[in-house]
Amino acid sequence: MKIIDVFEEIYWSLSANKVRSFLTVLGIVIGIGSVIAMVAVGQGASSNIQTSIQSAGSNLVTVSPGAPRGAGTQVSAGRGSAQTLTQADADAIKSSVTLAKATSPETTKRYQVTAKGLNTNTSIIGTVADYLNVHNVQIGEGAFINSQNVESLNKVAVLGPSTRDDLFGVGGTAVGQTIKINKIEFKVIGVTVAKGGSGFNNPDDTIYVPISTAQHFLAGGTFITSIGIEAVDANSMDSLKQEITNLLLERHKISDATLADFSVLTQADILASASTITNTLTYLLASIAGISLLVGGIGIMNMMLTTVTERTREIGLRKAIGADKSDISMQFLLEAVTLTFTGGVLGVVLGWLLSLAVTKFAGIAGQVSFSAVGLAFGVSALIGIVFGYYPARRAARLNPIDALRYE
Amino acid sequence: MIEVKNIIKNYHTGDVDFQALKGVTFTIKDGEYVAIMGPSGSGKSTLMHILGALDTSSSGTYLLDGKDVSKLSEEELAKIRKEKIGFVFQSFNLLPRTSVIRNVALPLLYAGVPKVEREKIAKESLIKAGMDEEHFNHLSNQLSGGQMQRVAIARALVNNPSLILADEPTGNLDTQTGEVVLGTFKQLNEKGHTILLITHEHDVAMHANRIIYIRDGLVLKDEAVKH
Repeated sequence: MKIIDVFEEIYWSLSANKVRSFLTVLGIVIGIGSVIAMVAVGQGASSNIQTSIQSAGSNLVTVSPGAPRGAGTQVSAGRGSAQTLTQADADAIKSSVTLAKATSPETTKRYQVTAKGLNTNTSIIGTVADYLNVHNVQIGEGAFINSQNVESLNKVAVLGPSTRDDLFGVGGTAVGQTIKINKIEFKVIGVTVAKGGSGFNNPDDTIYVPISTAQHFLAGGTFITSIGIEAVDANSMDSLKQEITNLLLERHKISDATLADFSVLTQADILASASTITNTLTYLLASIAGISLLVGGIGIMNMMLTTVTERTREIGLRKAIGADKSDISMQFLLEAVTLTFTGGVLGVVLGWLLSLAVTKFAGIAGQVSFSAVGLAFGVSALIGIVFGYYPARRAARLNPIDALRYE
Repeated sequence: MIEVKNIIKNYHTGDVDFQALKGVTFTIKDGEYVAIMGPSGSGKSTLMHILGALDTSSSGTYLLDGKDVSKLSEEELAKIRKEKIGFVFQSFNLLPRTSVIRNVALPLLYAGVPKVEREKIAKESLIKAGMDEEHFNHLSNQLSGGQMQRVAIARALVNNPSLILADEPTGNLDTQTGEVVLGTFKQLNEKGHTILLITHEHDVAMHANRIIYIRDGLVLKDEAVKH
């Protein structure tokens, strides 16, 4: 029997049972499509989170106050709530830590802000000129806070683009205008470039003011909420972290590092913990998709088994008129391959379209990975071939008389 | 030319041994129209399976056109069926939802005949079996019983076999349609085809020119029919 004739037979037998063929293909399409789409969404979400962490600043080390603990008590008031970091700590880091390229002490608090009748509630970051370098922030219009502003306690403010939109309308002119933070007038001197991001700590929904002004007019006291430090290069992150820890332990007169009233985190630490979360997310999605692939596989298996059982008499007839074992096995195997291959191709297209749709409507950049495509395709092809071929081989071995009499 | 010598067929089901054929011997010359007749359980189905190269005998020889078929392997039997034997079954066994022409051309597919020729031979065969050309592209399930059986006969003819084996070809048909089908066999025989009709009905067997009676695995009687 010629191979072209085999394919013609397959074409006829599949089109003679359109609904059955369609359902088999559908099972494969859904199985493969969902694996590809879900893995794409999972990986897209991971890389989304990672880029947003990286956009916060490369080579960044953040010092935050730890939990205050009274003498002789184990009661902890919660990380970050202590007022243990001061301006003096920041100055000490700046002057004595050699691996620090730029240091930006920050004091952050949320206030109600008004301008020309519009108002919003956003976080006000009191900081210095180095903030730009430490956190990868760029100025779009006007200028950022300079050291002159900090020294003379100027009431000037730089707005994030989202805050500008909230206070002056989308794309409105902000530079030169006046806003009121906690009822104190500030002059807008600049607007930053959008960085993207959402939710808490959105770098676009922020107002920057000189740290001295924030401490004097808004927060009161010289406490700071965090210090961002940019390392000279990526390799010195760990030694920088160690240097800062040693310096602050000495300044705070703490001998046991485990009792430190501050914490020093590198960008890598944050990235690592975020990766754990996003990997879990990817695994979760992949396992859901794996289940649907399994269900799809069982569908193929079921369909192939029924098909062969249903066609036992046909196999008997084909054998009676001269088909030998290999003709029968070949036809059924290629039929299974054709079905799974068609389903596989359509499934890849479906998965790709789904991840495009997710990219468009959910804002997560879906990444179709070749390993997911390969895995999904491979698994369903394997199932299709094994469960298409095995019963066909069994049927091909049947005595034609028994096959013909099969009811 | 069919020469059957002392064919014995034993079956083993569990501990029970059963001898379906106990030494059958006869010869059928080319161009004969023979009916093999016997009640159920007589061994005539077993004999048909052996003659049709669907099964092999336990002992004895079966020469088909001078070639010993009784000791062949499964693949070699398939080749014999492909080249030398045409089957007509009681239940037609056409491929469902498949056109008449494709059903008839099916044996040629396994014989490796090119597509264009397949259709040509299938059409000739259908005309020989008495089918009207208007039905050639109908689907097998749109036909009446008599038409289906004539399609099956055309399929049996298509590879120009040495022997046409018809197993109860009228069993699923009413008497009138059965007569038409038997008439078709008669015409084919007159054109030189060797036909072996297996049946348990005497009326049907009477259409042949010779009847071999089988009972309890042995040839009871072998006589010519006087028309």
